[in-house]
Amino acid sequence: MELNDLRSILTVLGLVCFLGICFWAYSKSAKQGFDEAAQLPFTDDDLPVRKDPGQQRKEG
Amino acid sequence: MQSQATYNYKVVRQFAIMTVVWGIVGMLVGVIVAAQLVWPELNFAEWFHFGRLRPLHTNAVIFAFGGCALFATSYYVVQRTNHVPLFAPKLASFTFWGWQLVILLAAITLPLGITTSKEYAELEWPIDLLIAVVWVSYAIVFFGTIAKRKTSHIYVANWFYGAFILAVALLHIVNSAAIPVSLTKSYSAYAGVQDAMIQWWYGHNAVGFFLTAGFLGMMYYFVPKQADRPVYSYRLSVVHFWALIFTYMWAGPHHLHYTALPDWTQSVGMVFSLILLAPSWGGMINGIMTLSGAWHKLRTDPILKFLITSLSFYGMSTFEGPMMSVKTVNALSHYTDWTVGHVHSGALGWVAMVSIGAMYYLLPRMYGKTEMYSTKLITTHFWIATIGVVLYIASMWIAGVMQGLMWRATNPDGTLTYSFVESVKASYPFWSIRLLGGVLFLGGMLLMFYNMVKTIAGQKAYSAPVVAPQAAHA
Repeated sequence: MELNDLRSILTVLGLVCFLGICFWAYSKSAKQGFDEAAQLPFTDDDLPVRKDPGQQRKEG
Repeated sequence: MQSQATYNYKVVRQFAIMTVVWGIVGMLVGVIVAAQLVWPELNFAEWFHFGRLRPLHTNAVIFAFGGCALFATSYYVVQRTNHVPLFAPKLASFTFWGWQLVILLAAITLPLGITTSKEYAELEWPIDLLIAVVWVSYAIVFFGTIAKRKTSHIYVANWFYGAFILAVALLHIVNSAAIPVSLTKSYSAYAGVQDAMIQWWYGHNAVGFFLTAGFLGMMYYFVPKQADRPVYSYRLSVVHFWALIFTYMWAGPHHLHYTALPDWTQSVGMVFSLILLAPSWGGMINGIMTLSGAWHKLRTDPILKFLITSLSFYGMSTFEGPMMSVKTVNALSHYTDWTVGHVHSGALGWVAMVSIGAMYYLLPRMYGKTEMYSTKLITTHFWIATIGVVLYIASMWIAGVMQGLMWRATNPDGTLTYSFVESVKASYPFWSIRLLGGVLFLGGMLLMFYNMVKTIAGQKAYSAPVVAPQAAHA
């Protein structure tokens, strides 16, 4: 086994790893966490005068 | 729910204001070098020569304007989405002053001709060391803040900012390796084609991580905030994030087509550049579709106009880029003004416009206000800037294709149809249109400066209280 074999293996592992991420991202188990994370910009109100955090965001 | 602590807005405010200031300086230098191409008499001094000012322009717009925008927004976003003030506030303050010192040193050394001559990494070794120290401090502040977060998830914008910070550290340290021979002169640690390849591994990933990942982080916070709706598809953001990370690092060789670089390396670079179309458009679609169901907001909100138009330019330039990386296309486009047009479609259309939108969002909030002094002026700025970009890139496309065709034209006996200077002469009208486009874009920045001064004048600096995360969704 020479260095180039290792390089090929690393490239293939990179691809497998990426495909794994895709499967995980589109799996049911990831969905709830993603939905929560997507709301993070709206978990506070950065307008000093407005007092209605979270309005209007349900339909997304 | 509220504690007494406030978010660290001071460093955000400093970087935000300097974004506008350095934007004007960097674009002014751009206008000057554009004018020098139209009127060569303007090259009146050694330190005022095109060759010395062009690197000053690129460094000022990328690292001073773009860099300050990234510092400002990343410090803001990492605090707000993690519900904690910045980790190590003194170190954060150091990153501001250190970065300004880097910019000042660049503005002095580059016109003096003190340069490593590496494109986009021209600064000499003492400044490179300072950049490395500032950048490591930036990483400590950013990741330290994430480490003490009050939320279980890390919002996707922070992933993009984090990747940008880590990748730029890696690129800068590897590409800047050099052997100093005096305080102002060093020689690259690499030689020949390896040096060229490492330079463009750095150069293209500066585009991929500094000018793309960082600004996508900006997009993933400010587009949802301004549109007041969550991102279109969170899982798409995860997939296109990792796709960008896995692909960008390999695309650099397309800058070295038909050179001494081995042919297979050129082909690898081309293939990975073509693959990049998918994650790039994933990001663009995700940003634009965030507005679905709320398109009417685009009619009245000029900040949203800036943000969404920037995504359109991002889509255009990330289609153009892979196309230009194809060897046969590159044979025509390389070394012509087409490349310059492509770069500015990304730099003015995408990077500058998304930054301008984000700054219009940030600046009033830094002073406890909700809006800029004049929304009308933002609308005017938007239209002037858009016309400027379109004039700029359209003229450069025409000039570039024309130059490429003239350079390759041959007579039946095999001699060249045109001398080089004939292509220069034919380019003059387009260089004048480019200058006009640049002047318009700069004019928009001056309007922004006026609007900023009026917004700030007489206002007290504001720092928002740290709020515990509240459930936003029902």
